[in-house]
Amino acid sequence: MNRWSKLATVLIGAASLIAGSAAAEDTVRIGVNQPLTGAVAASGNYVTDGARIAADLINASGGILGKPVELIIEDNKSNPKDAVAAAEKLIVKDEVPVMMGAWSSTYTLAVMPKLMEYGVPMVVETSSSGKITVSGNPWVFRISPTSEMEAIAFGQKLGQFKIEKANFLVVNNDWGRGAADEFTAMLKGNGIDVGVIETMDAKATDLSAQIASIKAAGGDTLFVTTGVEQLTLALRQFKEQRLDAQVITTGGSSSPDQLIEQAGAAAEDSLHILFFAPWFPEKAPHPEIAQGFVKEWNDRGLNFAGLTEGFRGFDGIMTIKAAIESANSLEPKAIRDALWGVQVQGINGDISFIKQGPEGQESGQNQPNIYLVTIKDGKVASAE
Amino acid sequence: MDQLLQHALNATILGGTYALLGIGLTMIFGIMKIVNFTHGELYTFGAYMMFFFVMVLGTNFFLGLVMAIALGLLLGALIELALLRPLRDADIDTTMLVMIGAWIALQNTQQFTWTGIAKSINTPFPLDPLVIGSVSVSWSRVFVFVVAIMMIIGTHMLIHHTRLGKAMRATFQDRDTAALMGVKINRIYTATFALGSGLAAAAGALLAPIFVVYPTMGDAVAAKSFAIVILGGLGNFWGAAIGGFILAFAEEFGAGYISSGYRDAMGFILIILILIFRPTGLFAQRERIG
Repeated sequence: MNRWSKLATVLIGAASLIAGSAAAEDTVRIGVNQPLTGAVAASGNYVTDGARIAADLINASGGILGKPVELIIEDNKSNPKDAVAAAEKLIVKDEVPVMMGAWSSTYTLAVMPKLMEYGVPMVVETSSSGKITVSGNPWVFRISPTSEMEAIAFGQKLGQFKIEKANFLVVNNDWGRGAADEFTAMLKGNGIDVGVIETMDAKATDLSAQIASIKAAGGDTLFVTTGVEQLTLALRQFKEQRLDAQVITTGGSSSPDQLIEQAGAAAEDSLHILFFAPWFPEKAPHPEIAQGFVKEWNDRGLNFAGLTEGFRGFDGIMTIKAAIESANSLEPKAIRDALWGVQVQGINGDISFIKQGPEGQESGQNQPNIYLVTIKDGKVASAE
Repeated sequence: MDQLLQHALNATILGGTYALLGIGLTMIFGIMKIVNFTHGELYTFGAYMMFFFVMVLGTNFFLGLVMAIALGLLLGALIELALLRPLRDADIDTTMLVMIGAWIALQNTQQFTWTGIAKSINTPFPLDPLVIGSVSVSWSRVFVFVVAIMMIIGTHMLIHHTRLGKAMRATFQDRDTAALMGVKINRIYTATFALGSGLAAAAGALLAPIFVVYPTMGDAVAAKSFAIVILGGLGNFWGAAIGGFILAFAEEFGAGYISSGYRDAMGFILIILILIFRPTGLFAQRERIG
């Protein structure tokens, strides 16, 4: 083999490698950064299932820009450190032009500097801390409500409930503390007395000390903000310590069916603020979309309890699809610019973004709907 | 006053399981000089076995508990035979690295087998709590406390009033002399590790129906067990038992009266304070394991 034929061999090899990577780009890659293991794994898995349903639906109707969608799913292990590692891997190794994530406000806030560093947009599907959209990160587009929006929306329905004095039990992170701050402000604004705000570590299992303090503070209502696993423990332990306050959960991640299954009678009469009520999909703003999603979820044999979280993944991926189609490009910046103009009919309702944060560096924020449900006789009922 | 009594009751109940966890770990350290990093995973294993027997196979709750503890003993014996026996004369760093590896492998196996989603176990106890004056406690916690105390006393009896216990104490005092006196050192090591593991699995199986079961549940427990053992003095049986109660009281009252957000920190702050004044732990001066 002479020098030229060697060179030709190398060139052919290189060309086939390039062709190989071009083939890999025949899909539209979307990064998904969710807690699939660890303290809030149930929720992260449900969101991911919802995202898969959206991707399959998109692919069944021809994909995006004529290419099939490929979800690259990374586990952030329910901690902010791994959420950052997952984001970096998705951006640098998988070269995704857009991501969805990262469930908890704490994980999302940890990931946000990476979005700035690499210039990749992220649709935030669950996190509710106000900080996310006001910190001047122009790569963040949130479809879930902020704690403030949730508190204001709940405040409009306050007349339905007899609340004279409320206490809080919240997970000790950006989500929990943010919810406690916003709901406290709303309640005080309505002339309602606020007693104690007790916090718990996300991994804490024994909440007896907090419950004893809440009991000692008195009050007729207890607002609880945490994931469904810890909520299960909290409800059981309220019963054990005879805490007889009206329990209201915030954040939309309470999966009432899972509570009925795992907390049993301890979940009775608890009230839940949700962003999708799969028991009554006909009441959703776009019933046909909500009913179709619920049917597909059930057809796949997924846990019905996960629907209140799963819809977030569906709406998130549908929002990204709309942005890529509108941008007609797989460039991260073009997708970011297109996100500002999307008008998506989602399961929660109409999704579009308003500007929040410092001028010139605004983040996108959607204005979602909320639903109130309660647990009566081991079944979920509308509380509106 | 009601709040104080409720906190004291909660701490006492919690202290029982902390003591159980501490004793399992301190025995292994005292007799084998091994830092058992798989302790938290044996706790998780006990919890999952409880789930498997009660919720998957539909076994009777109490029989399930016995089976889960028995399998914990067996897993402990297997770890000793497969991993620790070949490393008997290896240096402490090597053994520690192998145990860290075993910890990660066990946790990932549990994650792979049971997925990351938490599981819940039904109990035969009534949901309405036991009410004593102004305070209340659930029947399942009372059961856990009673069983934990019985196991602590049982372990103490085993160490002090049986031939096996005498051999364990002899091995602890001087391995080579004990071997010369006819003590089967290998058997003692396997029995000790199995017993320590069984206690961790028992704590997991007992607490699983009160809490929920998930693969990383052992991490926080392992950290607390180490804290209890250091607090009580490495290798000291009653030190670990009392250390368990001290940690529970520190956490409960710290969270109740100072800040619930720093509940886990309270115990560790107390440990730092104690170690400043007694660097070998509270009870290390006395005879260990006996």
